Amino acid sequence: MRTIFVPRDAAALALGADAVAQAISREAEARGEAVEIVRNGSRGMIWLEPLVEVLDGETRMGFGPMTPDDVPALFDGGFRSHAKALGPVEEIPFFAAQTRLTFARCGLIDPLSIADCEVNGGLCGLRRALTMSPEEITAEVTESGLRGRGGAGFPTGIKWETVRKAPGDRKYIVCNADEGDSGTFADRMLMEGDPFCLIEGMVIAGLGTGADKGYVYLRSEYPHAIATMREAVGLARRAGLLGPSVLDSGRAFEIEIRVGAGAYVCGEETSLLNSLEGKRGVVRAKPPLPALEGFLGRPTVVNNVISLATVPVILDKGAKGFRQLGHNRSHGTIPIQVAGNVKHGGLFETAFGMSLGDLVEKVARGTATGRPVKAVQVGGPLGAYFRPDQFDTPFCYEAFDGEGGLVGHAGIVVFDDTVDMLEQARFAMEFCAIESCGKCTPCRIGAVRGVETLDKIRAGEPGQVELLEDLCETMRGGSLCALGGFTPYPVLSALTRFPDDFATTTEAAE
Amino acid sequence: MALDVAESETIARVREIATRLKPLEGPLLPILHEVQETFGHVPASALPAIADVLNLTAAEVHGTMSFYPDFRTAPAGRTVVKICRAEACKAMGGDALAAEVQERMGLGWHETSADERATLEPVYCLGLCACAPAAMVGDTLIGRADAAAVLRAAGEDTA
Ligand SMILES: Cc1cc2nc3c(=O)[nH]c(=O)nc-3n(C[C@H](O)[C@H](O)[C@H](O)COP(=O)(O)O)c2cc1C
Ligand code: SF4
Ligand code: FES
Ligand code: FES
Repeated sequence: MRTIFVPRDAAALALGADAVAQAISREAEARGEAVEIVRNGSRGMIWLEPLVEVLDGETRMGFGPMTPDDVPALFDGGFRSHAKALGPVEEIPFFAAQTRLTFARCGLIDPLSIADCEVNGGLCGLRRALTMSPEEITAEVTESGLRGRGGAGFPTGIKWETVRKAPGDRKYIVCNADEGDSGTFADRMLMEGDPFCLIEGMVIAGLGTGADKGYVYLRSEYPHAIATMREAVGLARRAGLLGPSVLDSGRAFEIEIRVGAGAYVCGEETSLLNSLEGKRGVVRAKPPLPALEGFLGRPTVVNNVISLATVPVILDKGAKGFRQLGHNRSHGTIPIQVAGNVKHGGLFETAFGMSLGDLVEKVARGTATGRPVKAVQVGGPLGAYFRPDQFDTPFCYEAFDGEGGLVGHAGIVVFDDTVDMLEQARFAMEFCAIESCGKCTPCRIGAVRGVETLDKIRAGEPGQVELLEDLCETMRGGSLCALGGFTPYPVLSALTRFPDDFATTTEAAE
Repeated sequence: MALDVAESETIARVREIATRLKPLEGPLLPILHEVQETFGHVPASALPAIADVLNLTAAEVHGTMSFYPDFRTAPAGRTVVKICRAEACKAMGGDALAAEVQERMGLGWHETSADERATLEPVYCLGLCACAPAAMVGDTLIGRADAAAVLRAAGEDTA
């Protein structure tokens, strides 16, 4: 029996993985060969998807990107020689250069096999947590230096400790799986490739804070992740990993999957809580902090998927090792999502501190179109645009936070020299206008004015650039949340770093 | 009248869904999702029924529903075509893809063809940003999409 892996990750499916899997089983049947096809998650090397892996002894040999037409030759070559053979998957430079902690099992295992997960280190963190007191759990997470991967970078352990200490007999763990940032897909990949890792992290969060109920708020744009998570929760319940007595510990924890409804702003934690409660996804003023008065007014941990899914490995391997990775106050690893116009796009998990230039040139290998890089947007739709002469910026919170922009959910989007930065600025304003929750005027009205002003700049009307700058200042200062508050980052960075694209026809003629 | 029968059946179905999901904490979104899955949209007559079961006003239910782009007040076409409009896809020619699909389908955003065959929707990221531009046609995801692949998946005549 030969074991063949064909990913079920949405990106692999979008590139034809199902047809490849079907071709393999048809070919095997025609040749009378016994094969077992495992539908794994993705290794994150999206330019090689569908990346087929064949187990050869202990080694996973890669072939990709595969099409159904490539399949017969796979059999002809005895699953070794093939025009698209890549050698051992874990020796592919893009993969070998990573430090895979959170994503250690993603792409390796059958995502819906608890046994497969356990054999590869799963549930070790939870088993250890079950021997610890809640104080010890939150202290260990604090000690690790883990900061929220959803965007704001708040220390996860401190948030948990606030919830642990908050009075109340009913507390909640809410996993933010709204992943609305363009250029990001780490949450999706993890949920599709190693769902038990997230479940394990949520149970540990429950043990650390005294919560016995968790919700995953998952965006509706991810039907495959929704299906996988729902199935995984059902399997976890049957295996006793969830339920009234987690792994026979006598401690209860339940998880429910909730589906979003197409609103980007519902990724903001208080908007998310309103949405979960069945209300309009309007942002709430803070205080009160969700940690004290969150879901239904009760103490609530709201954490990103990656924050929660990183906790099991921290508890398993210990806080110290995690803390030692990275630099400054950016500890551990971060799954950087390399997207847009790149040759090698995908997910690259590495310790904080790699330079933006190394990411673009060495990891992504430049543009897919082969043209020069003009701009790189870091941190999603609210993140700033960078120029190649800023490529020495290290990837970490300290270097990006504040004036320069933000790490956000760690997506980088690369553009070649055909990009029109005025159009990108306009899109940022348009997106803000479409997605604004409507609570504050600078965001709701300002973004609409922003689009109009950029159109006037395009048309060559004088004095509009100053107006745009004022508008951005108003939005930055007068918005309740980062949607209105940070939209000026992409707009102003485009304007100040790529002034030629804003030179109006009249000015250009002068 | 036949219409009334249909409407009272709708209301009965909606009440069944709402009553079954009412025990959830924050049941309204799950109810609206299931109503939409059942009918293809959220019929106007569903709102007072949901409100009644949840002890809310119809205005509150409408207020929530209207906030979310996913909920439709009228049925979509048989195939929903979604094209990603966000940055990573723009970096790979997403705007040109969108324009070509719009032109060849003869539809603007949020429009449904007269024969109810298809609806065209924008989407802001499908998580396929490393194989951009991306589209979703019905349940089918398309990476590195071009107009021909999108139209083929939508069953449109690509001749
Ligand atoms: C407009 C907006 C959208 C956001 N979207 C997300 C999101 O999709 N996923 C996420 O985890 N955090 C998102 N956040 C950040 C959350 O508000 C919150 O900081 C995060 O969920 C906390 O979890 P963490 O500490 O684990 O990062 C968003 C914030 C804003 C202002
Ligand atoms: S900044 Fe915009 S999205 Fe945020 S609370 Fe204000 S109106 Fe809502
Ligand atoms: S990596 Fe050294 S300060 Fe950020
Ligand atoms: S930006 Fe288009 S799929 Fe993410």
